[in-house]
Amino acid sequence: MASSYNAKEEDGHVAVPGGGTIQNKKPDNTAFKQQRLPAWQPILTAGTVLPAFFVIGLIFIPIGIGLYVTSNNIKEFEIDYTGTDMSSPCFNCSQSFSWNSTRPCTCALPFSLEQPFESNVFMYYGLSNFYQNHRRYVKSRDDSQLNGDTTSLMNPSKECEPYARNEKMPIAPCGAIANSMFNDTLDLYYIDPNGTRIQIPLMKKGIAWWTDKHVKFRNPGGNPNLTSAFQGTTKPINWRKPVYELDTDAENNGFINEDFIVWMRTAALPTFRKLYRIIQKKNNMTPTLPRGNYTLEVTYNYPVRSFEGRKRVILSTISWMGGKNPFLGIAYITVGSVCFFLGVVLLIIHHKYGSRNNTADIPN
Amino acid sequence: MERIHWVRHRWQQLVATESGRGRYSAPAALPTKSSPVLHNTQQLTGKRRTVIARHGPYQHEYHSISKGCQGNGIRTTKYSLLSFIPMNLFQQFHRVANLYFLFLVMLNWIPVVEAFQKEITMIPLVVVLIVIAIKDALEDYRRYRFDQKVNNNIATVYSGKQQMYVDQCWQDVHVGDFVRLSCNEIIPADMLLLYSSDPHGVCYIETANLDGETNLKQRQVVRDLPQQGSELTPENFHSYIECENPNNDLSRFRGYMEYPSKARVGLHNNNLLLRSCTIRNTETVIGIVVYAGHETKAMKNNSGPRYKRSKLERRLNVDVLWSVVLLVIMCLTAAIGHGLWLRNQKEASFLIPDTTSPALSGFYLFWTMIIVLQVLIPISLYVSIEIVKLGQIFFIQNDIDFYNEYLDSRIQCRALNITEDLGQIQYVFSDKTGTLTENKMVFRRCTIAGVEYPHEENARRLEVYEQEEDEAKGRSHTLKSRASAKSLSCKSLSCNRSSVSLHTLTGHSEGEGEESPSPILPRHSAFSSPMEKDVVPDPLLVQKLNCLSSPLFLLRDASMELTYIVDFFMALAICNTVVVSSPNQPRHVVQVPEVSCTPLKSLEDIKMLFQRFGLPRFSTLSPPHTTKSPRSFTRRLFARGKAASFTPSPSPTPTKRGQPHEEEGEHGSWKGEEDKMLHLNPGAWSGLENSNGAQGPPGEPRADELIYEAESPDEAALVHMARAYRCTLQGRSLERLLVELPGMGSMAVRLLHILPFDSTRKRMSVGADSVIMDLAESPKGAEQSDGRQGHIREQTQKHLDNYAREGLRTLCIAKKVLEEEEYEVWLKRQAFAETSIENREELLLESAQRLETNLTLLGATGIVDRLQEEVPETIEALQRAGVKVWVLTGDKQETAINIACACKLLRSTDQLLTANCGSKEACKALLLELRAEVESGEAAEGTSGFTLVVDGRTLDFALQEDLKGDFLELSRRCRAVICCRSTPLQKSQVVRLVRDQLRVMTLAIGDGANDVSMIQVADVGIGISGQEGMQAVMSSDFAISRFKHLRKLLLVHGHWCYTRLANMILYFFYKNVMYVNLLFWYQFFCGFSGSVMTNSWVLIFFNLLFTSAPPLLYGILDKDVSADTLIKLPELYKSGQYSKAYLPSTFWLTMLDALYQSLVCFFVPYLAYAGSDVDMLSFGSPINASALLIILLHQVIESHTLTWLHALVLVGSALFYFSFTLVFSVVCVTCSPPTNPLGVDKLQMSQPLFYGVCALTTVLALLPRFLFHALRNSISPSDTLKAALMDQFNPDDYCRKMQRWNQTQAQSKARGLVINVEDSDIKIPDFILPKELKECSAATGSVLS
Repeated sequence: MASSYNAKEEDGHVAVPGGGTIQNKKPDNTAFKQQRLPAWQPILTAGTVLPAFFVIGLIFIPIGIGLYVTSNNIKEFEIDYTGTDMSSPCFNCSQSFSWNSTRPCTCALPFSLEQPFESNVFMYYGLSNFYQNHRRYVKSRDDSQLNGDTTSLMNPSKECEPYARNEKMPIAPCGAIANSMFNDTLDLYYIDPNGTRIQIPLMKKGIAWWTDKHVKFRNPGGNPNLTSAFQGTTKPINWRKPVYELDTDAENNGFINEDFIVWMRTAALPTFRKLYRIIQKKNNMTPTLPRGNYTLEVTYNYPVRSFEGRKRVILSTISWMGGKNPFLGIAYITVGSVCFFLGVVLLIIHHKYGSRNNTADIPN
Repeated sequence: MERIHWVRHRWQQLVATESGRGRYSAPAALPTKSSPVLHNTQQLTGKRRTVIARHGPYQHEYHSISKGCQGNGIRTTKYSLLSFIPMNLFQQFHRVANLYFLFLVMLNWIPVVEAFQKEITMIPLVVVLIVIAIKDALEDYRRYRFDQKVNNNIATVYSGKQQMYVDQCWQDVHVGDFVRLSCNEIIPADMLLLYSSDPHGVCYIETANLDGETNLKQRQVVRDLPQQGSELTPENFHSYIECENPNNDLSRFRGYMEYPSKARVGLHNNNLLLRSCTIRNTETVIGIVVYAGHETKAMKNNSGPRYKRSKLERRLNVDVLWSVVLLVIMCLTAAIGHGLWLRNQKEASFLIPDTTSPALSGFYLFWTMIIVLQVLIPISLYVSIEIVKLGQIFFIQNDIDFYNEYLDSRIQCRALNITEDLGQIQYVFSDKTGTLTENKMVFRRCTIAGVEYPHEENARRLEVYEQEEDEAKGRSHTLKSRASAKSLSCKSLSCNRSSVSLHTLTGHSEGEGEESPSPILPRHSAFSSPMEKDVVPDPLLVQKLNCLSSPLFLLRDASMELTYIVDFFMALAICNTVVVSSPNQPRHVVQVPEVSCTPLKSLEDIKMLFQRFGLPRFSTLSPPHTTKSPRSFTRRLFARGKAASFTPSPSPTPTKRGQPHEEEGEHGSWKGEEDKMLHLNPGAWSGLENSNGAQGPPGEPRADELIYEAESPDEAALVHMARAYRCTLQGRSLERLLVELPGMGSMAVRLLHILPFDSTRKRMSVGADSVIMDLAESPKGAEQSDGRQGHIREQTQKHLDNYAREGLRTLCIAKKVLEEEEYEVWLKRQAFAETSIENREELLLESAQRLETNLTLLGATGIVDRLQEEVPETIEALQRAGVKVWVLTGDKQETAINIACACKLLRSTDQLLTANCGSKEACKALLLELRAEVESGEAAEGTSGFTLVVDGRTLDFALQEDLKGDFLELSRRCRAVICCRSTPLQKSQVVRLVRDQLRVMTLAIGDGANDVSMIQVADVGIGISGQEGMQAVMSSDFAISRFKHLRKLLLVHGHWCYTRLANMILYFFYKNVMYVNLLFWYQFFCGFSGSVMTNSWVLIFFNLLFTSAPPLLYGILDKDVSADTLIKLPELYKSGQYSKAYLPSTFWLTMLDALYQSLVCFFVPYLAYAGSDVDMLSFGSPINASALLIILLHQVIESHTLTWLHALVLVGSALFYFSFTLVFSVVCVTCSPPTNPLGVDKLQMSQPLFYGVCALTTVLALLPRFLFHALRNSISPSDTLKAALMDQFNPDDYCRKMQRWNQTQAQSKARGLVINVEDSDIKIPDFILPKELKECSAATGSVLS
């Protein structure tokens, strides 16, 4: 035994315990061990891939048309209220750089809708050139704190630095994201043909993800009294009000304020929109937003001049595939057509070369 | 006299070593005349070891002397329980890959650079470390258990306290202990044999555990031991033992033992019992331990598996460097971009207030990006490659075609990491004997005293074996394989009248089961298959031999020839080291009975006999009957025959000359006398032949048969041959041999000395009584050339040349009568040589040469070493595959050429170039001349190629610095090169030259110790586990049992392993580049800040879990062409030789494709989501999902075969990814900040847009590759693809197309170089060898067939 170790152990021969000296080393004659497993051999030739191209073409083109039509049916209206132009009503407000100017600046932008918006209308605010996806910005939050953890409330994670504490007081909610929260107020008025301004009711609930609102974000403690729950913390530096005064509705206040939640979900790209309000369809008879003139009243708080950003308001209906975006439909149609075209090309090639491959095998 | 001699030697040695070191030592170092003992003591401390008995009289000295010696316990584990974690970690961090991971982890700990959470970057490292640690721990534990088992084995050791032998564990045995062993026990440590229960002080050991050789080896008690005879008592052991320090040379042991009387006795390997061998045939053995534990030769030889770096991996490393370059470029881009971007931003609210300058931030970002893009460097690739290679090796080892039923052995893969090199071999260097041939020596014919005995019956017998096997083969073929057999097998071909047969018995008892000598031990006795054993005697020789037993008178001249004949057979019977045993006691050696009890004749008696030749023979003397000496079957038959027809016949019929056996132009001096020779009834002989060839008479027990266990096959062949002529070796002991001669019965021969065979002398001699019998490879040493002897010499030389031309191995047999005093003188010197420690080899050589002169040439034998089965087919296949085959052999030129043409290395259309020169200048001129000839020949039509034949001396010149260029240039143009008479060193030099200068992949294959250096030098070394021990196997990368396995190993497994691995590596690069680029593109939209749009766990797991299994499976199981087709179309192998699967262009094309795919995979979702309210992770979700789909489907496009395993793994990977992300997005509430995935994927996967994006992205990304494959395969398919297409046809079409392929291939080759498979029956031409060949002069010869 000693020897089989000495000479052979290292060779990868596993000494069989019990060591029957006459053991058959013949390998098993199984399909797997002899590498004879039944296999499908996909050999891609013009002949074999032909159908695939046609099938793709036939599937993609209708999908593309469907997507395109859907996208086209979506009604979307966009208005820029940054106010960099002298002519803009918000020009004066936009000159302010400060977050905490005491005097609220308001401006009103008139616009008109050419077509009525039939179904639910989603009202977005859009920001451009705002890098919510900057690595250090994205990190600057404390999910535990937002989840209602009381220790984290008092001791914000160091990821929040330098927005973790203000004069020794912990900031709630801490971090750069929360600190830079969008704080313009937007109101929409319908100008009746007879000149009366009717404020359009805007739903501020239901704009955040259900999971965010009910799982991820929670107010600290079980305390319904938010003021005491947030006792000992201070508001973010740029905020005007503490977090427990974001809304009067207890279901939409503190960390579970939906505007706050929406803001906290950082956008993927520097030009983005975020859902602000929902205008619910009242009934089937009248469109949600009939065609006509409107006024957008902006309480202009959010400074964007420092980073040459733009602010927009977008009104849009949505479909099963989201907002208005003709790209996908066009892309589908294009790819489908290309496939179809390539299918034809392959058909020709197949006729030219394929027969040779099948009959006389070796051209040399 | 002796002293002077010794001093001279010592001087020479000193000068040699000192001048080698470049300085001349002071004469003080020289031995003075005073005493060699003094000198020896000077040396003691350094290179020697002194051993004295542990419980002997010098106990006080024992401890000081044995301080440095190790105990016998062994510990092969690397770690102990405590040291495992630190040691293992330390070991693991020796790998660059792990250091890279560690570097990344460290980098991530720096706050300004940190990209992910700390734990996340540690995952890859931890996973790799844990996996490897578990593997190491399991291995180590196995070793530990084994060590325990070995250490706790029981041995009987003498205990000083109890004054007796007691049982002890192996680990408690120490140097200087006395160990007593019984039969079949395993030797616990290297011991010096001091006592054996055998009366002659012999013991037998089986070294199968050590080297795999199953024959018994004889070991001998140290000579002239004072207490010889009685069981020795350790207390009275006063001797000192001086020996070498522990080393790993199994075949050498030098030292001496000094008795209290100050007498010294030399110690050799013959006295040493090696650890882990088994005692056989000896009841009790006592030895003193000289080396223990790790110092034993067995342990010192225990080397682990070999590590080589394969060509593909070297190529891979280049591309990994490119990846590093790419990584640096990407990180630099991001760093610079970030710096610039930051400069443009002023006080944006999304910027964390910071005092660092944009440039510094850019610098930090560089390192962040290295962490983010880390997977670009495919470190996991190295781990994956190792796993894939293990898988490939698993399949190679399990290939049933490599299973050898006879040896019950599979292929052994000793090197674990060069499987793909098998697919890129361009040069094969092969040994001849035992590699191309069977190394089963079969006696073919002989010449005695100048008369040739052609043994034509014997030749016919060899043919019959072959036919029988062919028939058996034909029967077992199925339809498809019949087609292949038809195309591959070729008819038996005879080369120059010799019966070099192509097929031999695959199994020992196949078709011939009843002939098996001992059913109990079918494979325990080497070199004794029926083929080797049964020799059909030549009638003429039989006739002459019969005269011995015939009671009739013979003429005086004839008796002289008869003396030669008898001496010849005596020499064959005794000049060997064969051990005789009988089958019913398999491991019990037949001993020579005590001399006193039987009236045996000695050689002297025979001499007397011949001197008084006129006297009637002692035919009435019955052969000695002893229970211990079993009579051989032949002898019994002989006795029967004698009873039947050997009775003194009144009417002897004279032989008719040339009746059955024509002596071609042979005019021996006894020609006239032959007619007068008496001829006995031939019927008796034919009867003998028949029964000899078939089987014994019914009812007769066959147990009497003797088994010969020989160390070399030649020995066995000759002993079997002698036995066929009833000169039977019946037993052997240390001092005498029992030989039976026809008509004379058994006789004991006193054995004086054996000078064993060695490769420098190329001969062996045995001194028996007063005659030296000598076996030599050349008739050198037979100096007497007067008169008759001169004539014999001339004739024999002629026959030798003929034999060599037939491809036979030749041995000359000579004898010498030694005077008593001459022997005494010689013996003294020999004893001196044996006891000296330094210089022993030279002294022994000199001593042997002194004895082996002035010999009388008796005759010569020709032994056939048949080609292994399917060797010609294998060589042809290799050549068709574009592999150049070189044969490097130590054999004679003629033999080498003949074997080469038998195995189709040489073709009828080939032009043979021979290079034999005596000087360097001549060599240079010759090389140039041959080159010119080749160049002119290449232009001319008619020749298919050139074959260069070089002999050893010319090779020496050609390998010199200034000629090697010419030599290579010449040999490069030749299709095959044969180097004959080459030494092991030359073999390795040739391989090294070709490997380094031509930069090609080389493979060396051999079976013997002389091939070891060549095997080690070559890129791939293959050992054949044949009959010559395990040395070649131990140094090889792969060990196979037959040469024919090389074909499948290279053409099928090599091709597969190479293409699989190459494709897998490319796929790995693709995968990493494709995925990492997605992250890179995102940097353009996040201010180059190092953000990722994916959850960091998913990001890390993407490589580690979701996409790791499919490429592994791809690397292990993918099959571009079926094994059948690969074997039949060796041309497909060329793709690997030119590294077609993995060219730099392929690499960059793959990179480009990866770039394109990542662009599509990023920008389609980007455009689809641009301007929407999508958040980072929701944006990443479809990108990740489509990246996964693209990567998996890309693999489907790339793979050549898809089995259910592939389907399982591919679908499994996809499902795993989707379920993981889904579950993660549900349960991960606050985990993994800042990329908390809660709800993201759940929401995304519920939206149709997600699927719309994924589908479009996947299709668009894969479109170009898909199209590219389809177009390339349709417009200009590669050979591999065409072959793969053929696999898909039904069998009939398949055969038809296969033929057509081969035809077209053959036609396309210029001048029909490639043999058409349809008519592979090529006639091998008779080569007319130039005269220069024989004379070895500086001449050139080129022979045209």
